This record gives sequence, structure tokens and C-alpha cells, in this order.
Amino acid sequence: MTIAPARPGGRVQEHSAAPGERERGRRRARRRNVLSALLFLSPWMIGFVVFTAWPMLYSGYLSLTDYDVINNPNFVGFDNYVEMTSDPKILLALGNTVFFTLLQVPLYVIVSLTLALLLDRAGRASGFFRTVFFLPKMTPPVAVGVLFLLLFNGQNGLLNTVLGWFGINGPAWTTDPAWVKPGLILMSLWTVGASIIILLAALRNVPTELYESAKLDGAGFWRTSFSITLPMISPALFFVIIVNTIAALQTFDEAYTAFFGAGNTTYSNDAALFYSIYLFQQAFEFLNMGYASAMAWGLFVVIMIVTAIQLIVSRRFVYYEGDR
Amino acid sequence: MHRARIGLALAAATALALSGCAVGTGGAASDDADYDPDAELSGDLSVMGFSGVDEVATSRVEYAEGELGDVKVKLIEGDLDIQQFLSAVASGEPPELLYADRDQVGSLAARGAIIPLERCIDGEGIDMEQFRESAVGQVTLDGKIYGIPEFNQVQVTMANADLLSAAGLRIEDVNGSDRDAMTAANKALTKSDGGSLSVIGVDSKLPEFLPLWVAAAGGSLLSEDGKTASLDSQEAIDSLTWAVGIYDDQGGFSAVKAFRDSADFFGEGNQFATNVLGAMPMEQWYINVLNEVSPDAPMAFDTVRTTSGDPIAFAGGSAWAIPSGTKNAAAACRWAKAMTSVDAWKVAADARIEAREAEGKPFTGILTGNTTADEQIREMVTSGGEPWDSGIAAMYEANDNTVSLPANPADAEFEQAMQDAVNSVLNGQATPEEALGKAQETAQKALDEGWKKLEDGGGK
Repeated sequence: MTIAPARPGGRVQEHSAAPGERERGRRRARRRNVLSALLFLSPWMIGFVVFTAWPMLYSGYLSLTDYDVINNPNFVGFDNYVEMTSDPKILLALGNTVFFTLLQVPLYVIVSLTLALLLDRAGRASGFFRTVFFLPKMTPPVAVGVLFLLLFNGQNGLLNTVLGWFGINGPAWTTDPAWVKPGLILMSLWTVGASIIILLAALRNVPTELYESAKLDGAGFWRTSFSITLPMISPALFFVIIVNTIAALQTFDEAYTAFFGAGNTTYSNDAALFYSIYLFQQAFEFLNMGYASAMAWGLFVVIMIVTAIQLIVSRRFVYYEGDR
Repeated sequence: MHRARIGLALAAATALALSGCAVGTGGAASDDADYDPDAELSGDLSVMGFSGVDEVATSRVEYAEGELGDVKVKLIEGDLDIQQFLSAVASGEPPELLYADRDQVGSLAARGAIIPLERCIDGEGIDMEQFRESAVGQVTLDGKIYGIPEFNQVQVTMANADLLSAAGLRIEDVNGSDRDAMTAANKALTKSDGGSLSVIGVDSKLPEFLPLWVAAAGGSLLSEDGKTASLDSQEAIDSLTWAVGIYDDQGGFSAVKAFRDSADFFGEGNQFATNVLGAMPMEQWYINVLNEVSPDAPMAFDTVRTTSGDPIAFAGGSAWAIPSGTKNAAAACRWAKAMTSVDAWKVAADARIEAREAEGKPFTGILTGNTTADEQIREMVTSGGEPWDSGIAAMYEANDNTVSLPANPADAEFEQAMQDAVNSVLNGQATPEEALGKAQETAQKALDEGWKKLEDGGGK
């Protein structure tokens, strides 16, 4: 102990022991904090490991095997991945999925934004319409699939009946391969409710001073929209785009119910064969779990790449208020 | 160094965990149960896939429970979920008995999920001769029987007598015996209103009935041993071309399907009752539906006919199978025997008659898959007057003239390849030759792989 006592009494003793003691105390507190945090996070962490991380890891292993659920997996290396490159249905399913995504996401975002802008100006009625727009989101996707067949029936469907009032002979949305995907895209707009709520919240957060200043400077509607509204809600818009792109790339429920489910056990339409549907067929109808796992990893990589591109592009277009 | 060791340990642990998870029975298809018709049985019997709740099901269940004595029977509710079943077998906890569609039996057998029933059949003394040959063929893989069949579904030609008469046609023109005549009848019956179809002349029921039309032309989509696909045979190409032509003459399959989908198929506004369908082949159960919901519909019935005029039907139905690793195979075998016995079917027929009489309806028979039971139950049929009696007569005639596809280890892939081919032609994306040629390649590849696995012992 080389520290000389500056003041008499135990205070010096305490002072001389303080740095080590304090450090230990800090460590104990930190450990306690970490433990508390882990304890609070543990339900999520356990859920993530058991239901996400582990199945992902295991499916990665299965993708290197020939596995039919009942017999032991037989290691086949990268055979499943190689086979995917020569499977014409993979290309078909991927093409259908990309087509669907490219059309559905922009349309979905435009409709969501338009309705959110309208709601923003709806005043007191906004609450009522918010609920109305969100309600379809609560409808089970299977019911939406069945509804699609009814509403879009080329002969007696509501959509074609309405088109008929304007002298338009509507197409066979549910049976003509050229119209199946456009029909499904239109039907997907049924569930824009969640995106509307997100965008509406973002719109409500735009400071009114900005609009007032713009107005004083003589900015019109379009100028205000492009210079204030869109930049200020761009993080929310970006979130909606990312989430819907991923959902579109994984689209399954409605198309499966309408074209491959119990109502159509034999007639299916190749135009509605999305990647996830083909993956499901391989896994649960043909029991090619290894091949299906490889397909799942293929989709994962595609989604990762698309999301990474979106993130890079977003740096130029998304404005965060915290940014300098 | 320390990190490298930790990394290595983690990798090793992961590899061990993954390989440990790679469970599977390896197709534990051994069968060491004692099958004896006089043995007193006990234990549990859980049955998966049997969800029958009508009187035909419940009366037979009661009968079978009586035959099993002290065995505790548990029917697992709901239709068969193959994934759930295979997971149960793989985890070593299979149900004692499985109820499946006959066309699923081949794939399950090839994977070793169900056991051959030779010992069960011999031990319990099940007379396989009493079952329909086509039904037994559907549950026989590589010479071994894997299921005890029950029920038979057959197709019957159903037509709207008023529409036929108005067009100067007879049922013989739409039963398939003369395909040119059927094409002409279709054109005569079809009506359009303002560019939209208002009466479907003939519905050739594609894609599901292609095997029927091929068989009616004297062909088959699969060899008798289940090893060689013949999806691109001349009979298949001709049948598909003709059956698709039926739709093309009405504006295309797209228009017909949209119109068909808009109909109230199970209600009193069905296509026959509302005079918007000339004729179609359909499974026999639809006779009961029509009789029930629209007893005054102007119906005419016949069997479907081959191109040489003989009656024909493409059979389907269910079967009882015993899973690998079952803990009470003896009880499972006794149950399968009891449920498919002539006595059980007679009990079921009595229950059905009673129920129908209470509703003031005729008893239209049951197709059991068991020839002896069919003969005896046919005697019990009560008259519903014309045209329904003709429908029942056609149903029984079809039942006596059934064909089927043999069991094979790639049922699902084979069927999917066939359906994809038909759908691509219906959607105008390929010619019958192109589509069936591609389907032939896909189906044969799946069959070759399936049989190879079976021969390599994959399914034990």
C-alpha cells in the first residue's frame, strides 16, 4: 500500500480500499443487470432457439440429405441444390413469385399510402374508417382464398358483374392463366389495413410547422408532398416496403387455398404455383424433405439478397430525423 | 487457440446434435404378432384416419368393437394427415391401425410405414377372394398385400333427360361409347347467352377422369406391375385430345370451369335441377345427393362405356393398413377383418335402411369393395322409382366392371405429373403430345427412384 493517508482515521482506509472495492461492486451490479436482462429476455431467447434457430440449422443439415420423414436421412452432399438448377418447376415457381412481388408490392404501397392520406384528412371519422380498413386483415387467409374464387369468378363473380355495369366484359380471373396472378394481386389489396395504420401513424407524426413554413414559402400540394411528407414518412414507407416484399416472396395461403387446396384437389393452375407452394408440395405431398429444405434455403438466400439491396438503396432515399 | 477450441467443440456438438436428431425407424417393418381368429384380445387400439360419423360407419364400429372383446378402441378424430402419421411412425409411437385412401397405400408401403399383411390375412383367415380384384390390386405392391380394402367409388354417366330430349339425343350419345357422337351431342347441348356460356353441353371432368377415359379406350396409364408409366401412349394422347376438345367446343376449359364453379353443386340449385348441364360422368354418391336435394330433377343414367360399348368404371376407395412398429397388430388385424366382413356390411345396410325409412327415402345401396356383401346388400335396395332406380342399376353395373391403377411407390408424384399434363393442355400451354411426353418423363423418373429405393431396402 503506497498511498499515504491524507486525512486521519478510517476514512483513509476506506479511500485506500475504494478503487478495487468499487470495481468489484460495479462488476457485481453489471452481472446482476445482465442476469436480469437475460431473465427478462429468456422467453424470447428460448422461443427463438427452439422455434427458429434450431429448425433453421436442422433444415440446413436436411438440405444435404435425402429424407422422407420415416427413414433415416441419407447424406447426399449438394445433390439437392444441383437438382434445383435443373428442375423446370423451380424456375416456373420463381418466375411466378417474382412477377407477383414486382406488381403486388408497389400497388400495395400506393393503395396503402393513398388510403392513409385520405384517412389523415378524414377528421373525426378517421377512427371509424381505420377500424373498417383494418377488419379484413383479421380475416383468415384461407377464407380470403375461398372468397377470391367467389368474387373473381369469371361467370358470376361480383367483380365482373360490376365491370359489366360499365360495359366491360371481365376476364376469367380464376381460370385463365393470364389473369390468375393479376387477380390474386388485386385480392391481396384486401389486407392493406395494417400498412395503412403504420403509414397513418407516420403521417400524424410529421410536424405541422413544416407544412406551415412551406405554405408561407408558397409551396403547393405536390411540392409539399415530395419535399416534406414523403421524406418525413420515408422510414415507415421503407418498413412497409421491406415487410411486404418479404411477405410477397413467401406468398402461399390464398393461392394455395384457391388453386391447390381441398376445393381444387385435381385442377391446379400453374400460373398460381408460387415458390412456397411448390416447396410445400415437395415437403408434405411428395415427402421430399431434403429437397424441400434446400428449396427453403434457396428462398432464404433470395430474400436476403433482395433485402440487402433494399437496405443499400434505402440509404439514399430514407430520411431518419436523428441523422445528421 | 482458446477460441479455436471453443469453435471446434461447438461444431462437434452441433454435428452430434444434428445426427442425433436424424431419427427415423429405418422402416421397422417386422411383424411378430400372433394372429389367431379364436384368440382373446386385449390392450389398446388407436385408429388414425377414420372419421366416419354416419350410420354406416358407427354401426360397423359397434360390430367390430364386439368382435374385439376387451380391446379398448380409440378413434383419432379427423381425416388422415400423412405427415402426422409418418411422424408418429418415425418417433416409434404409431397408431395401431391406419385408414387411408387406397391410392396412398403404395407410397406408404414403399417407405416402410406400413407392414405387409400376409401373416395377418393367413392368421385371421381373411378371405381375400371376396374383395374386388381392382381394389386388391390397389393395395398390392411388389406382390405383397398391404391393405384390406373397403368401399368402392365408381363413375356413372348422369344426364339431363329434358335437355337430351330437346336436342333429339339419347343417353347412349353421351356415355362415351361413341366419342364422335358425344362430341356432336356436346355441340348440340351447349348454349351461350350474350357471349357467356349458359348451358354446359358435356363436362368431360378433366383432369380427374383422364385415367377413366384412357381405360375406356383400352389403354392404361401404368403397367400392371406398377413399374412403367405409359402416360404418352396413343390411347392417352387420343383420350386427352378428345376430352379437351369437349371443352374447346364450348369456348375453352376456362369458361366451362368458371361456370361450373358458380353452380350450387350440393344444393337444390344444382346444374341438373336448373337445366344448365347436359351430361357428365360422376361418382355414384352424387346420385344420392341429387335424389336428396332435387328428387324431381329430370335425370337419365347409364354406366360410362368403353369405345366398344362395354360398361366401365375407374375404382377408388379406402383400405385398412397396419403401421410399422404397431403395438397391437393382432387387434388391428381383427378390426380390419371385422369392419370389412359381410356381417358388418349387412349391419351397416340395416342401419342405413332404418335411417332412410325414417326420412321417407329409398335405400340406394352401398358399394363395399366386398363382392359377397355387395350382392347381398343389392337385394336389400328399396325402389325410389324412376329415374333413380336406373341410376342404382347403372351404379351396380359399373361396380361389376371396374379397373384401377396398381399400387406403386410414387403415387403422389405420378398423379401430380398426370394432372400437371392435363392442366397445361386445358390452360392452352401445351399440346397433348407435349404435355403427356413431359409427364411421362417426370412420372417414370419418380417411379424408377421409388422402386430403386424399395429394392435397396429403403422401405424394408
